Amino acid sequence: MKIVVCIKQVPDTAEVKINPQTNTLMRDGVPSIINPYDLHAIEAAVAIKEVMDATVTVLTMGPPQAEVALRESIAMGADEAVLLSDRAFAGSDTWATAYTLSGALKKLGFDLIFCGKQAIDGDTAQVGPAMAEFLDIPHVAYVSKINSISDTVVEVRRMMDDGYDVVETSVPVLFTVVRELNQPRFASLKGKMRAKNAQIRKLTHADIELDEKDLGLSGSPTQVKNIFAPEMKKERVVFEGKPEEQVTELHNVLKSVKCI
Amino acid sequence: MDYFFTEEQIMIRDLARQIAEERVVPVRAELDEKEEFPRDIMKVIAQADLFGLFVPEQYGGLGKGAVELCIAVEELSRACLGVSTSYAANALGTFPILLFGTDTQKNTYLPDIAAGKKLVAFGLTEANAGSDAAGIQTTAVKDGDDYILNGTKQWITNGSEAEIYTIIAMTDKAKGARGASAFIVEKGTPGFTFGKKEKKMGIRASVTCELVFDNCRVPKENILGKEGMGFIVAMKTLDQSRIGVGAQGLGVAQGAFEEAVKFAKTRIQFEKPIISFQAIQHMIADMAIEIEAARALIYSVARFIDSGAKDITKPSAMAKTFATDIGMKVTTNALQVMGGSGYMRDYPVEKMMRDAKILQIYEGTNQIQRNVICQNLIKEFSRMK
Ligand SMILES: Cc1cc2nc3c(=O)[nH]c(=O)nc-3n(C[C@H](O)[C@H](O)[C@H](O)COP(=O)(O)OP(=O)(O)OC[C@H]3O[C@@H](n4cnc5c(N)ncnc54)[C@H](O)[C@@H]3O)c2cc1C
Ligand SMILES: Cc1cc2nc3c(=O)[nH]c(=O)nc-3n(C[C@H](O)[C@H](O)[C@H](O)COP(=O)(O)OP(=O)(O)OC[C@H]3O[C@@H](n4cnc5c(N)ncnc54)[C@H](O)[C@@H]3O)c2cc1C
Repeated sequence: MKIVVCIKQVPDTAEVKINPQTNTLMRDGVPSIINPYDLHAIEAAVAIKEVMDATVTVLTMGPPQAEVALRESIAMGADEAVLLSDRAFAGSDTWATAYTLSGALKKLGFDLIFCGKQAIDGDTAQVGPAMAEFLDIPHVAYVSKINSISDTVVEVRRMMDDGYDVVETSVPVLFTVVRELNQPRFASLKGKMRAKNAQIRKLTHADIELDEKDLGLSGSPTQVKNIFAPEMKKERVVFEGKPEEQVTELHNVLKSVKCI
Repeated sequence: MDYFFTEEQIMIRDLARQIAEERVVPVRAELDEKEEFPRDIMKVIAQADLFGLFVPEQYGGLGKGAVELCIAVEELSRACLGVSTSYAANALGTFPILLFGTDTQKNTYLPDIAAGKKLVAFGLTEANAGSDAAGIQTTAVKDGDDYILNGTKQWITNGSEAEIYTIIAMTDKAKGARGASAFIVEKGTPGFTFGKKEKKMGIRASVTCELVFDNCRVPKENILGKEGMGFIVAMKTLDQSRIGVGAQGLGVAQGAFEEAVKFAKTRIQFEKPIISFQAIQHMIADMAIEIEAARALIYSVARFIDSGAKDITKPSAMAKTFATDIGMKVTTNALQVMGGSGYMRDYPVEKMMRDAKILQIYEGTNQIQRNVICQNLIKEFSRMK
């Protein structure tokens, strides 16, 4: 079974500060990490390799520095890593990203595709399902458990707001996974040593035979006009005075809005 | 200070530290409180390949030595000595096989040990034989192709959790210390059961248990080295592993020291952070000096061991004694710096202080180490004339 895990290198948001003037993320000097949800996707794939005959390929589209994330994946147990990198991909929105990745996936071949449910820097959760559409295969999003797996059929749990669905699907299939699925392992020492010298396969738009006009900025229907923090609509009150007075005031307010 | 670790050694340190901080620190208080063996953490350590650190590559290990083992033990000990004892006792139990095992024995046991699939324990101590190990009364009597073991081992770390036990027993009582032999005994062998599980002051995540042998038949292929070599096996094993106990002392000292400094910077008394008082400053400076001295000694002795040096008894006894005395001293002083807070279980230092005490006792008390050091000195000085 050939498993491909799609990962993204993202800024470590725990370390990101917001520029107070422009309200945008200040990414300079911020360390990059593997998107945390993707770690669960890697774990899922590597765990399958432990119970059945399978290979795990990790795929990312990103700048040359994304190689670091790929090496980390190898240290966690992935067999090979592919970096999809090309100036032609710059400025891709979720549509163009999914289109490009699906081009690479067609080239690589796959039985199972795992993605994190979303990337913490964009939070769209669109790329996984969109890839499945471009590839014309089924997908199950928000997978929280793999009940059973064979070469032809997989049964999973899909997390819903009010419980979960049990979904049986044929292979090939794409899954996006949530944190509840597993606990990602640490890189092993042998893995780290292997990762240090591993060959990273590099692909450009020419290698995956896609037309430049469908890629990057020109292949992206989304136009970003403005980025802003949503306006706080709720009223805020800060009580002052001695703690006892503040508590009394709070008590009165809660009573007046019938909270207590 | 920079100890000029190689790139791989730094990799080992970072990985052990990450495991310690992310998986051990959050649960250490609970493990201590519940006296619970850290099975999940052992799995994480196994998956990270740390159990294979010092096992040769041909048996699935990484083929590293004392320096790497000390690095891993120091980092785990900085978080929890209960966890690091469980890890280090595995090395203690494995050394007899590494040092004296036949190819068949190595091929049978080392791959599972390296992969962390099977834990190991080392059984020497008995109720009447602690410091005086030659007083052991467990017997192994040859009977056809087997030895029959009878007796009880006391206070065996990883007892009941381990799958593989290296056991010292008397094959010929008349010969005294030359009448002991070492055996590999697997869990589940008929006649081998577990007795009392101890309730301890510290390292409560580590399990300490009695091993009971009642007409337990062990095939003669399981003897390590030759009949009569039991104490040589035990002493050479302890020479190798003792440095790890020193690394535990170093690690716990480092952990307690960091807590104390953090606390002293934020605790305000007399309108100032207590770290501004000279009495506190001097305690902190002394702790830093002691830790650095212990670290320097540990890693230079570890490098000496890895150089293939023949006689490592004295330096490893020195490193164990010094670093574990520092472990006790620094944890005690770290708690003092923290005042009443340090005494409370809300902070990790009271546990560190309780835990540190064992290091001066097991794998040869620090009194016995001093005896050994001086016996060696006497020999050296008599040769000098
Ligand atoms: C938590 C724990 C885990 C352990 N794990 C293991 C294990 O995995 N495997 C194993 O085989 N053993 C294990 N032990 C046993 C440990 O190695 C012994 O406790 C240790 O060797 C000391 O023996 P003892 O406790 O019987 O003390 P004793 O030998 O009774 O010593 C009591 C005191 O007398 C002093 N003393 C004794 N003889 C002399 C002397 N000649 N000169 C000066 N002072 C002396 C000692 O230093 C000590 O202070 C463990 C013990 C504990 C507490
Ligand atoms: C189990 C327990 C029971 C207790 N019972 C009682 C009780 O019944 N009644 C009661 O009133 N209190 C009680 N206490 C409080 C106890 O008296 C205080 O813990 C003690 O006075 C120390 O204060 P502290 O813990 O706040 O430490 P801190 O004052 O924060 O001191 C921290 C460290 O800084 C040092 N330090 C502080 N100031 C200076 C300075 N100027 N120069 C040099 N060093 C300094 C201290 O020596 C200590 O090492 C109890 C505490 C405990 C732990």
